[in-house]
Amino acid sequence: MPFGLLKYGLRKQHPGQHHFTPTKPLKSHYDVVIIGAGGHGCSIAYYLAKQHGITDIALIDKAYLGGGNTARNTAVIRSNYLTESGVNFYRDSVELYQGLSNEFGYNIMMENRGQLTLAHSDAAIRSFRWRAEVNQHLGVRSELVDRQTIRELVPNLNLSEDSRFPILAGLWHADGATARHDAVVWGYARGACQRGVELHQLTEAQGIEIDAGRVVGVRTNRGKIACGAVVQAVAGASSVVGKLAGIKLPIHSFPLQAMVTQPYKPVLTPHVSSPHVHVYVHQTSRGEFVIGGGSDPYPLYHTRATLDQREILSAATLELFPFLAQAKVLRQWAGTTDMTPDYSPIMGLSPVENYYLDAGWGTWGFKATPISGKTMAELVATGKVPALIQPFELERFYRFQQVNEAGATAASH
Amino acid sequence: MKLLRCPLNGLRNIAEFLYGGEVHPLTDPSHHGARAWAEQVFFDDNAAGLVLEWWCHRPTSYWFIAERNTVTDQVLRTFASSEYYVESVTFKRVSSGDPNA
Ligand SMILES: Cc1cc2nc3c(=O)[nH]c(=O)nc-3n(C[C@H](O)[C@H](O)[C@H](O)COP(=O)(O)OP(=O)(O)OC[C@H]3O[C@@H](n4cnc5c(N)ncnc54)[C@H](O)[C@@H]3O)c2cc1C
Repeated sequence: MPFGLLKYGLRKQHPGQHHFTPTKPLKSHYDVVIIGAGGHGCSIAYYLAKQHGITDIALIDKAYLGGGNTARNTAVIRSNYLTESGVNFYRDSVELYQGLSNEFGYNIMMENRGQLTLAHSDAAIRSFRWRAEVNQHLGVRSELVDRQTIRELVPNLNLSEDSRFPILAGLWHADGATARHDAVVWGYARGACQRGVELHQLTEAQGIEIDAGRVVGVRTNRGKIACGAVVQAVAGASSVVGKLAGIKLPIHSFPLQAMVTQPYKPVLTPHVSSPHVHVYVHQTSRGEFVIGGGSDPYPLYHTRATLDQREILSAATLELFPFLAQAKVLRQWAGTTDMTPDYSPIMGLSPVENYYLDAGWGTWGFKATPISGKTMAELVATGKVPALIQPFELERFYRFQQVNEAGATAASH
Repeated sequence: MKLLRCPLNGLRNIAEFLYGGEVHPLTDPSHHGARAWAEQVFFDDNAAGLVLEWWCHRPTSYWFIAERNTVTDQVLRTFASSEYYVESVTFKRVSSGDPNA
């Protein structure tokens, strides 16, 4: 690799590389159509091609590659959930993330900085203790820490006992990390395209053709595609696309907002999250403070940013890091998040044969990008639901067997 | 500041209101079994476009209905629920037997 770089540097011309398939006409038939070229859609395409040799795939997106929530999230990767199903699933995802840069030959800028969740009440301490026990039992590094340890981990944190909600303890998750979200989707898309998958941007699914209970095609703004199977991986548009196939989902779509400050020199290493004051903060390697956690109070299919949320997020941030009082906010944005009642995804089979769901990713789906791709690809290729995602099937709502991760997702990341 | 017109209290700051979910017909669990009940509790249209939904003015605990566009975030109309529900809904108690039947 360094030699390649040297040769490239000494060359007179520096030709750009084509990472993705240049736009071609749509074929009239594909084995698989994947709706949505975000991290999830691309990851599914990648593992279908790589692990299962299925390459006759159209990966379609109504806008551009990775421009949905994949571009808008705050890139928190962690596995300190509460239920056994949740912890096992996200743990495998975090492990896959660790190897992605090498697998892609493409730097996803994985940074293992750890994650600290703050308790401001006795009830929170009890739930942290519970989470730490469950996590350790399932092989995830997670422990309850006291104020002294918190001070050592985050010297700039406001640990005053006079603050509105004093910090009592923390849940330290050494496996917590961040990665460059764009690089993740580009890496998966490039790997898929290199193996023959066709990426079709500006191609919107407008109708789903079903024959005798089985999906047979997708109508798009660029014409009709016949296919053997369809995967929908459209995050914020899950209910809208599901409806095209006649599938009703237990989802409500809310905008989730985040913002970022001007850059500072490095002063904050881990990711810090407070479910109580409802904000999370980390400093990127560029020095900017990323501030997230603001869901709008009612459903909306719009990605405007609001002054209300800026005020709420700022107030909460200043509780934790008063030194940011003078910081300028550079950008604020939103993404439409598909929230489920139990804060867990909806993955797997649907009422329509060969139509697969990868939905309900709400505010927590970036960290699941690798494992959801891998397990969904296995499902599409074999027709069998992998054990890891069985608990997340749509049917769970009819059996009243939700996978309650509301507590572990309380600060929306 | 975004304002919402409460049929009882007039124009108020939207922070005074609570969103209460979509308006749809209630399923009587004694007639429809567990699947229909699950749909009633968890599943919604979540439509992109015009919707009817419940809102509550928190300081006065007053519940009413709003017609809102979920794509543009414009509220077209708010009105008292008595305009929509002419009769009150009462459910009979399931006496015995398998609720899953
Ligand atoms: C502000 C914010 C912060 C977040 N922070 C975190 C975090 O820290 N950690 C974490 O794990 N998760 C986080 N999330 C959640 C995470 O971003 C999402 O769950 C994840 O990116 C979903 O990936 P996806 O590939 O399913 O969706 P997307 O990236 O949204 O891709 C879906 C694609 O589908 C396309 N599409 C939609 N409708 C159609 C159609 N009809 N036809 C064709 N294409 C269509 C869209 O154009 C889009 O490109 C956050 C989300 C937001 C908004």
